[in-house]
Amino acid sequence: MNIHEYQAKNILRKFGVKVPRGRITESALEAYEAAKEFKGPVVVKAQIHAGGRGKAGGIKVARTPEEAEVAARELIGKRLVTHQTGPDGREVKRVLVEEGLHIQKEYYLGLVIDRARQAPVFMASTEGGVEIEKVAAERPQAILREPVNPMVGFQPFQARKLAFGLQLPKASAGKAVQFMVGLYQAFTANDASLAEINPFVLTQEGELYALDAKMVFDDNALYRHEDLRELRDLAEEDPLEVKASSFGLNYIKLDGNVGCMVNGAGLAMATMDIIQLAGGRPANFLDVGGGASADQVKNAFEILLLDSCVRAVLINIFGGILRCDVLAQGVVEAARSVHVKVPVVVRLEGTNVEEGQRILRESGLNFTVASSMKEAADRVVALAQGTGYSSGPERPRG
Amino acid sequence: MSILVDNNTRVVVQGITGREGSFHARQCLEYSTKVVAGVTPGKGGTTHDGVPVYDTVHEAAREQGATASLIFVPPPFAADAILEAADAGIPLVVCITEGIPTFDMIRVMVSLRDSKSRLIGPNCPGIISPEQCKIGIMPGRIHRRGTVGVISRSGTLTYEAVDQLSRLGIGQSTCVGIGGDPIIGTTFVELLELFQRDPETRAIVLIGEIGGTAEEEAAACIREHVTKPVVGFVAGRTAPPGRRMGHAGAIIAGGKGTAAEKIAALRQVGIHVVESPAEIGSTMESLLRNLKPET
Repeated sequence: MNIHEYQAKNILRKFGVKVPRGRITESALEAYEAAKEFKGPVVVKAQIHAGGRGKAGGIKVARTPEEAEVAARELIGKRLVTHQTGPDGREVKRVLVEEGLHIQKEYYLGLVIDRARQAPVFMASTEGGVEIEKVAAERPQAILREPVNPMVGFQPFQARKLAFGLQLPKASAGKAVQFMVGLYQAFTANDASLAEINPFVLTQEGELYALDAKMVFDDNALYRHEDLRELRDLAEEDPLEVKASSFGLNYIKLDGNVGCMVNGAGLAMATMDIIQLAGGRPANFLDVGGGASADQVKNAFEILLLDSCVRAVLINIFGGILRCDVLAQGVVEAARSVHVKVPVVVRLEGTNVEEGQRILRESGLNFTVASSMKEAADRVVALAQGTGYSSGPERPRG
Repeated sequence: MSILVDNNTRVVVQGITGREGSFHARQCLEYSTKVVAGVTPGKGGTTHDGVPVYDTVHEAAREQGATASLIFVPPPFAADAILEAADAGIPLVVCITEGIPTFDMIRVMVSLRDSKSRLIGPNCPGIISPEQCKIGIMPGRIHRRGTVGVISRSGTLTYEAVDQLSRLGIGQSTCVGIGGDPIIGTTFVELLELFQRDPETRAIVLIGEIGGTAEEEAAACIREHVTKPVVGFVAGRTAPPGRRMGHAGAIIAGGKGTAAEKIAALRQVGIHVVESPAEIGSTMESLLRNLKPET
């Protein structure tokens, strides 16, 4: 789960990580008042779940409260398009007004889980304020890494290694230790999978601040963090994905026109891949779960058909232990109850597969029964590229 | 031969009286797996489908000589269940549970370093040596005994691959789903080494997916240690970056973990990486045809 910058900063503050004074505002007037309170220049920052806000014009410096008001008016309600939002951008609903700092130098700090070491790793770089992926690709030696023993936690000596490695002024080293240890504690205490401070800044006064903050949390651990669950902003998520998650379905919207319904994440990805190999483009990733119950198939149909780009649907279910006739019955009932109008190609595998295929064929619905993944992909792509809609089961394939 | 499990393996099912545990324990029994005990705290002394139930894994191990554990405990309690199995000295622990917090698994793995137990999973279909022993949720009927080892990060995609093999008359020595989470017990590398040493296994299918560097590590291992032919597939070529594709571990993050990188790494060490998931079986078939007959 992702959260906003201001929410991440509120969490970090509780762990002794220094962040600029700031106030979250939803109107130009509030932004004016916040700037007045902070006395002096402020920064007005659009709050959306995407990086690249600065380049996209989502972060504005204001020297006076009046300028802050203008900046907030420009940003609130605007759709901000960054390299991470996609072409439609995201609507800015709030801006964070923060005190301006006298920045001397920008750095990068990050905490992630290193899968190979099976432990968190603390990263630091003097190349702050830029895309760290670029630094990692071009000059990996510019990133310092401190693997953490998860049983003893991140130690002050490791923070010192990073602080001196970054060549922070010696007078600021103590503050850096406090900052980094606090960041690690915020990371573990909240079951985060990512905590990133970019940039981490040194001011002319020798203070250290988190100028930006990004935290991502482990969805599997949210059950034990009620406070974090409240931070979820549904407006930042695709409405179809929100609806799917309420059904317990894993759904990700993509930009093609072949709707996919598959059981299991790996098979779902492989189905998307084979659709592309057949010359089509998947409209989504959708995992109905390994078991693929009739209810879930119905829910999945509803989600798929709400996407107006979908021209044909491919259902690929490897039933495993489930019986195909039961599955087929579920698919037929689901298709009837949600009035499926686009052609549907079904590939079922499992016990009683012949009986399952018979139920599909005799349903009177617009189903094409395929017996392998390849056949299913070829057929659904042809249907999606055809004239689009058809009504009878006898529609010839392209 | 096979790896890790065979018809001498004695299985204890943790969570045997739950819905999933109960159903799949029965399926394993029907596959002639020696399910010798179940564990549900508080239900010790009863029997479930004829299987004696114990309060602790220790008792189950002591009384029934269990050598492997199959875990169906819900996510908040699954880490504890794994640690209990390890503490009871169970050599092979297979955890099916999906949704265990990453930090729980990090702590489990630190603890397992000092134990003799091997963990498979979590968030996996389990392990099967066809016609000998099934410890997991995979459909037994699609498997047949033979000489191809299968390792995969996925569940149903593994069934797809196994089904292709079996339909072509190609049996499997052992099939292992290693799980779709970021932190897992047994890795591709360890299993590749086991398959390389197993005299029955003549070739290997390796099914990866986006996220992490497990496939790259597998490629490095194959270059050094594996002489048996390998057919590979990597799911998720069409996956967008930054999105978790169902599995907690299947995410392209920071520009790393793409299918293209993984395919390139595997191809570089001579693995036959197929473009289409529909070609796993047929590619293995032609590889086996070119192998020298067994002596």
